[in-house]
Amino acid sequence: MIDAVGLQKVYRLKKRQVTALNGVDLHVRSGEIYGVVGQSGAGKSTLLRSVNLLERPDHGTVEVDGEQLTSLHGSGLRAARRRIGMVHQHFALLSSRTVAGNVAFPLEVSGVGRAQRNAKVGELLELVGLGDKAKAYPSQLSGGQKQRVGIARALASDPKVLLSDEATSALDPETTESILSLLRRLRDELGLTILLITHEMDVIKRICDSAAIMADGEFLESGRVLDLIGTPGSLLARSLFPLPDNGGPDTVVVTYPRSFDQPFMSELTRRFDVDVNILGGGVEEVAGHSVGRLSVDLLGSRRNEAIDYLTQQGLLVEEAGQ
Amino acid sequence: MTNPADLLLLASTADANPIVDFVREWPAMWPELWLSTQDTIYMVWWATVFSVLFGLPLGVLLVTTDRGGLTPAPAVRAVLSTIVNIGRSLPFIVLMVAVLALTRLLVGTTLGPTAAIVPLSIGAIPFFARLVETSLREVDRGVIEAAHAMGTRKTTIVGKVMLPEAMAGLIAGLVMTVVTLISYSAMAGAIGGGGLGDLAIREGYQRFNDQYLWATVILLVIIVQVVQSLGDLVVRRLSRR
Ligand SMILES: Nc1ncnc2c1ncn2[C@@H]1O[C@H](COP(=O)(O)OP(=O)(O)OP(=O)(O)O)[C@@H](O)[C@H]1O
Ligand SMILES: [Mg+2]
Repeated sequence: MIDAVGLQKVYRLKKRQVTALNGVDLHVRSGEIYGVVGQSGAGKSTLLRSVNLLERPDHGTVEVDGEQLTSLHGSGLRAARRRIGMVHQHFALLSSRTVAGNVAFPLEVSGVGRAQRNAKVGELLELVGLGDKAKAYPSQLSGGQKQRVGIARALASDPKVLLSDEATSALDPETTESILSLLRRLRDELGLTILLITHEMDVIKRICDSAAIMADGEFLESGRVLDLIGTPGSLLARSLFPLPDNGGPDTVVVTYPRSFDQPFMSELTRRFDVDVNILGGGVEEVAGHSVGRLSVDLLGSRRNEAIDYLTQQGLLVEEAGQ
Repeated sequence: MTNPADLLLLASTADANPIVDFVREWPAMWPELWLSTQDTIYMVWWATVFSVLFGLPLGVLLVTTDRGGLTPAPAVRAVLSTIVNIGRSLPFIVLMVAVLALTRLLVGTTLGPTAAIVPLSIGAIPFFARLVETSLREVDRGVIEAAHAMGTRKTTIVGKVMLPEAMAGLIAGLVMTVVTLISYSAMAGAIGGGGLGDLAIREGYQRFNDQYLWATVILLVIIVQVVQSLGDLVVRRLSRR
């Protein structure tokens, strides 16, 4: 749905220049929620803003829903942007307009008539659970409510793609949770494709199907979240499951990239006569699957056989010493 | 006699109770005061209309042509800004004299309230333009960016985002402009512009009729108060949102 290839963006300041994007390839499949995480200044916002060409990349191409956006200008580009919804960290609502007026804005811009506009606005406010707030002004709303208005506005022109730059960063954990489940519900009900930027691993864990880790204008890794977690040396796995740094030479990190019913640890002790000492770990719901990651000491003469066995069973085993 | 201390002295020695005296004189003065008030309102009204007509677009251009604006054009902005600065730096009394030729060209005379509209407008346009510029700059950049992201054309962004979002500041600026115009209009009286300032000088200063001087001051204060209160009311309405 979104295909960006070779994105390059350099900001030239007075003294120095900043490479915000350094050859980024981004591929977001239709109907998935794709999260980009990274430190501040990694270039996440620049990437997102390149997708609807708020920022024109120096090099590279952006294609959304089969349409090459990088070759568009003027009215063609404006029309294309209307097919892409965007949600902002600080909501970016018009303070001079009511909630209904804000949601109606994109409809006015694209020339939808008043009657149709009102009907659509009512529908959208119901969809985001703000049916009773149509006449309120943004300043009278909580952060979570403001973001719901922002989401309703972004959906007004029936976009297939929704871009979200830190949509939950200004919200408390509970409100974040409700906005995230709203996004997931919208994806499920409307078949939206969502590209979101976040600095919270939790967001990736909760709703993302795919993810990319970004640093210094580049993707360090990207792909389906479950695939990434099952990849040796995954930064994403490490960030999603912070393990205690108390391992020794016998420590291995075992990742269960999907749900297992088998009691592997007790099986190991029985079959290979190894001692298993759990140092830390956890099981979490990631991308709709429960994924576990354990840091354990494996001791015994048949240690290698035990590791091979786990690997054959589809678990990912990484030796901490390596 | 222009010295306020002298006026006070005179007022206190003229009669046992100068206020009673003043109130007694008021009906006799009223016809002339009312005519001059109408002249003042007429001048200020039209000068305000022209200030908005030209100052608003000028203020918008000062913002949109700036770096990072909707249509960056540094050269255009530099020219506009210089013109505005020249207009702003001229004392009104000098400006009035400086534009006499233009006034004659446009109105056919340099005397009377209609002629005064020309220098008043020229003085207020750059003043209002700067105030417009300042309020428009306060508009959240994020909201403008959001409008871009929704595929909004630039003229629509000005009309439906920037101006409505800055409305409270624009109204406050307009009120400030009107109040300034009222004081300028009194100054226009000095070169025969008509209005309350003219009356104060003709009757009050040149004929030593202090009652007129006081009456015009009171009327000017009332007009300014009314304008300011109405403006404040609207601004408060808008910014309570
Ligand atoms: N308009 C600009 N002019 C100059 N430099 C910019 C501009 N926008 C971004 N940058 C620089 O580009 C780099 C990437 O910025 P970007 O906003 O994409 O980071 P980010 O990953 O979104 O960070 P954050 O998490 O803080 O939002 C930063 O070093 C930033 O200073
Ligand atoms: Mg950012």
